[in-house]
Amino acid sequence: MRRLILFIPLVVFMALGVLFYKGLQLDPSELESALLDKPFPAFSAPSLSDENQLVTEQDLKGKPALVNVWATWCPTCKQEHAQLNRIAREEGVIIYGINYKDDRSAAKEWLRRYSDPYVLNIFDADGALGVNLGVYGAPETYVIDANGVIRYKHVGAVDEKVWQTLKGVLAEVSL
Amino acid sequence: MRAFFFALALMVAGPVWAAIDTYEFHDDDAREQFQQLTQELRCPKCQNQNLADSNSPIASDLRREVYRMVESGDSNDQIVDFMVARYGEFVLYRPKVNEATYVLWYGPFVLLAIGMVVVVLLARARRSKEAKASDSANLSHDEQARLSELLKDNNGESK
Repeated sequence: MRRLILFIPLVVFMALGVLFYKGLQLDPSELESALLDKPFPAFSAPSLSDENQLVTEQDLKGKPALVNVWATWCPTCKQEHAQLNRIAREEGVIIYGINYKDDRSAAKEWLRRYSDPYVLNIFDADGALGVNLGVYGAPETYVIDANGVIRYKHVGAVDEKVWQTLKGVLAEVSL
Repeated sequence: MRAFFFALALMVAGPVWAAIDTYEFHDDDAREQFQQLTQELRCPKCQNQNLADSNSPIASDLRREVYRMVESGDSNDQIVDFMVARYGEFVLYRPKVNEATYVLWYGPFVLLAIGMVVVVLLARARRSKEAKASDSANLSHDEQARLSELLKDNNGESK
């Protein structure tokens, strides 16, 4: 019995080893959104296409949709753009865009050149909406339900694998 | 000539100013509050830097928000709550004390207490063992008498 006590440090060490090994597999740059299951923050910002047209959070309600934060200065946004186009065209998903801290004419030119998957684009020139939404780097993609409640957040490019996850969340919130 | 040097000095000075935010505060308390908050809030993008250190665009946006709130007279708690509501508890370099962080705040003291208990127990076990060992070395009066008798006998036989 006394002999067994000598093994306590070894057991503790092995338990810590397992814990830290698990910790190594986590991605520290992936933060869970603090706004999960909260309503989309209230805002009022011009649309990208027409600076006299004001968009508010009411315009995002009605149907489950994706909200994609993007900018022309963001290389990963370019990488995911084709996938967004495909999702919008082939799967008929509503995608709202937030053009984040960007140049209006450059953004318009980008949409002309690479085609436009967005139903509507919000022009967030100084990143004020971005701060309220907890954006810390483009691209980010949110799933919102018909009532405009944020149900999921993905940071980084939307590839096929991520899209399958988003699709699952969309199907779930459509029920 | 003088004007030329002045213009030259301005050209050199330009980039130096560009890298630093220049915020004007209405009093020194506000400046201190701003400095303390940007030290204690973590940049969500470059995760091992605070807002004051980081040059990333998001950090500068958040500094601007902190400045706006400090100038409008918000308390530290209000500003911290604003950040936590958007970026989560993660942005706090000084975490709040609540159920989720009890282990973080009090864990070290618990470990210290456990360590002290173990040391005391070990010391006590050793002392009682030593006491027992010295007990067995000390013979009672009768035993001592018997031992000297045996030794005497032994010596007598060998002679």
